[in-house]
Amino acid sequence: MATASSLRAAVPATAPCAGLRSTSAASSVRVAPAARGGRGRLVAKADAPSSATASKSDGHELLLFEALREALIEEMKLDPTVCVFGEDVGHYGGSYKVTKGLADMFGDLRVLDTPIAENSFTGMGVGAGMKGLRPVVEGMNMGFLLLAYNQISNNCGMLHYTSGGQFKIPLVIRGPGGVGRQLGAEHSQRLESYFQSIPGLQMVACSTPYNAKGLMKAAIRSENPVVLFEHVLLYNLKEKIPDEEYVLCLEEAEMVRPGEHVTILTYSRMRYHVMQAAKTLVNKGYDPEVIDIRSLKPFDLHTIGNSIKKTHRVLIVEECMRTGGIGASLRSAIIDNFWDYLDAPIMCLSSQDVPTPYASTLEDATVVQPAQIVAAVEQICQ
Amino acid sequence: MAAAALLRRIPAARAPATAFMAARPISDSTAALTIETSVPFTSHLVDPPSRDVTTTPAELMTFFRDMSLMRRMEIAADSLYKAKLIRGFCHLYDGQEAVAVGMEAAITRGDSIITAYRDHCIYLARGGDLVSAFSELMGREAGCSRGKGGSMHFYKKDANFYGGHGIVGAQVPLGCGLAFAQKYKKEDTATFALYGDGAANQGQLFEALNISALWKLPAILVCENNHYGMGTAEWRAAKSPAYYKRGDYVPGLKVDGMDVLAVKQACRFAKEHAVANGPIVLEMDTYRYHGHSMSDPGSTYRTRDEISGVRQERDPIERIRKLILAHDLATAAELKDMEKEIRKQVDDAIAKAKESSMPDTSELFTNVYKKGFGVESFGPDRKELRATLP
Repeated sequence: MATASSLRAAVPATAPCAGLRSTSAASSVRVAPAARGGRGRLVAKADAPSSATASKSDGHELLLFEALREALIEEMKLDPTVCVFGEDVGHYGGSYKVTKGLADMFGDLRVLDTPIAENSFTGMGVGAGMKGLRPVVEGMNMGFLLLAYNQISNNCGMLHYTSGGQFKIPLVIRGPGGVGRQLGAEHSQRLESYFQSIPGLQMVACSTPYNAKGLMKAAIRSENPVVLFEHVLLYNLKEKIPDEEYVLCLEEAEMVRPGEHVTILTYSRMRYHVMQAAKTLVNKGYDPEVIDIRSLKPFDLHTIGNSIKKTHRVLIVEECMRTGGIGASLRSAIIDNFWDYLDAPIMCLSSQDVPTPYASTLEDATVVQPAQIVAAVEQICQ
Repeated sequence: MAAAALLRRIPAARAPATAFMAARPISDSTAALTIETSVPFTSHLVDPPSRDVTTTPAELMTFFRDMSLMRRMEIAADSLYKAKLIRGFCHLYDGQEAVAVGMEAAITRGDSIITAYRDHCIYLARGGDLVSAFSELMGREAGCSRGKGGSMHFYKKDANFYGGHGIVGAQVPLGCGLAFAQKYKKEDTATFALYGDGAANQGQLFEALNISALWKLPAILVCENNHYGMGTAEWRAAKSPAYYKRGDYVPGLKVDGMDVLAVKQACRFAKEHAVANGPIVLEMDTYRYHGHSMSDPGSTYRTRDEISGVRQERDPIERIRKLILAHDLATAAELKDMEKEIRKQVDDAIAKAKESSMPDTSELFTNVYKKGFGVESFGPDRKELRATLP
């Protein structure tokens, strides 16, 4: 099977490339030549703590949306077939500023303002992917992509299979989702539960500036269609990330806090509720192991399994609704694979099966709160 | 006739079987021949092309052969379906061959074609072969999609044929995406996105047309109007059945889809237009003899008289046969022989396709992802079928 680097052999390995239709001389991303083994090969170890990997230089601080933007800029400079489709991504700069400045840098043919037509512009992204481009399709809010569900499911996910392997769809579908601050039911969707059974799709969720940049780069380089879930409330998280180029592995989970007593599996915004609960738990004498699963499809059963073999207790904390959520699938996968290692039933804390209400108190009651996480751990560890 | 004499040239080599019989051989002349289309083109927001189409005797013979091959393939598929060798959905194209053949004659393999589920003949037109077509229909591993797509999922990447889509209308945004990629890569080619009169009412078409017009994409939207969206006649589904005008601000052309020369002229015109000016809509006035699919008898919503009427008055193959005979390019007997030969070709292909085996069970798990991660996938009981997605 061809390796990732040979699949992209036509793309020059150094940046910026001659012949790119870049319209401005944006500063090039410094790439330490020794660290590069070819495209897609530079992978940071997943079990390193998320903030500050060992880096040669000091690194630079930025916000999560800026990290996503950096990733986009780097990849668009490296590969002229990468383009961005979305509403208000170009001249407006993106509703969450992820694409700010890109239209000036790369021109209107690479950063495309679409009309409000998710079904068709997602379909166009798939068609462009079939013909050799690498579109990044943005849903202004993940929930709007429900309008493109047919394109995502039948065409994006399945064309590689139904064509007997002739076409690849190296699409990235990204956008903010999740419960925000009183955005209302229709703008607080968690689509990972709807997309998870589409065969052929890959799903990842970012949660820190470091993994946002790494996962965005990996998603763009992947030959499979990848859905990258961002969260509305995490865009302004600040973190110092390395100056050198790095790409994360799409299928790997992230060890946030090693521990001994219980494995807490979470992703996206709930990671922060879990870490908040962890402080309380530590004070109470517990030692939770917190893993940000990051890869929602497929699950990183290797990392998860190693953890369960150590702690024998599992708590899943997710923002999906309880019915048909990621937690439900993860629970099944753990039971199938690690039943013998469990000393207690798997607990799963999810959002309520209700449309997200507007009132702030009700909205808070919809999602999992740190106090509930603490109570759950106490129950499991009895 | 002097003109006919001019057209005839003795070719260098002749098939031995007919050498002693034929007083004069089947023409393969490439001398220009101008023929008028059946009806003039009706247009919307653009000056229509001329009714006079330039062709050659050789091309007319190719048209006859290609359309006859397609016709024969579809009829054979009908029999295979009734014999339960083809299952599920099978949508046949007989009656509409002129659209596939005329389009192909006007363009190159560098141009892209995408269509819906009535795709068998377009696959052939794009260079697909009979054996892989029949194998795919019967779900064998020699099929063009390795048996994993079926009737509605024929593709041929090296010929820029993008399928083969089951969900009505969804292929049109894909087609506009292909056109986008053509413009992005500066290819000077165009994309023909085919859809039916039923799909013409899908919102995503208008969305995609809007975007294509805004970004000036070389997209040609071709409505194969066979006047029935499955069982619903066009006048019951569309307030405005003037599909070539549906583009509103996008120019359109209405074409007699049963006249292969008109189709060729229109497609050549459309390609020139699209590459220079952006999208254009073509409406092919055509007809399908079969029902919507093999599950539909096709006679509950239309009369047998209507079907036989079209067959008598407008059949695309008969039109070409008359032209060939009128211009003395071949005799009726030679054309009959050609049809016999085609029939044998199709029968041989079916026999060969039947020899191909069903795909190996491991094929269930290949091509799910382009780059796999070695994750496990199971059968329902978690034990029997346990494989790693490659």
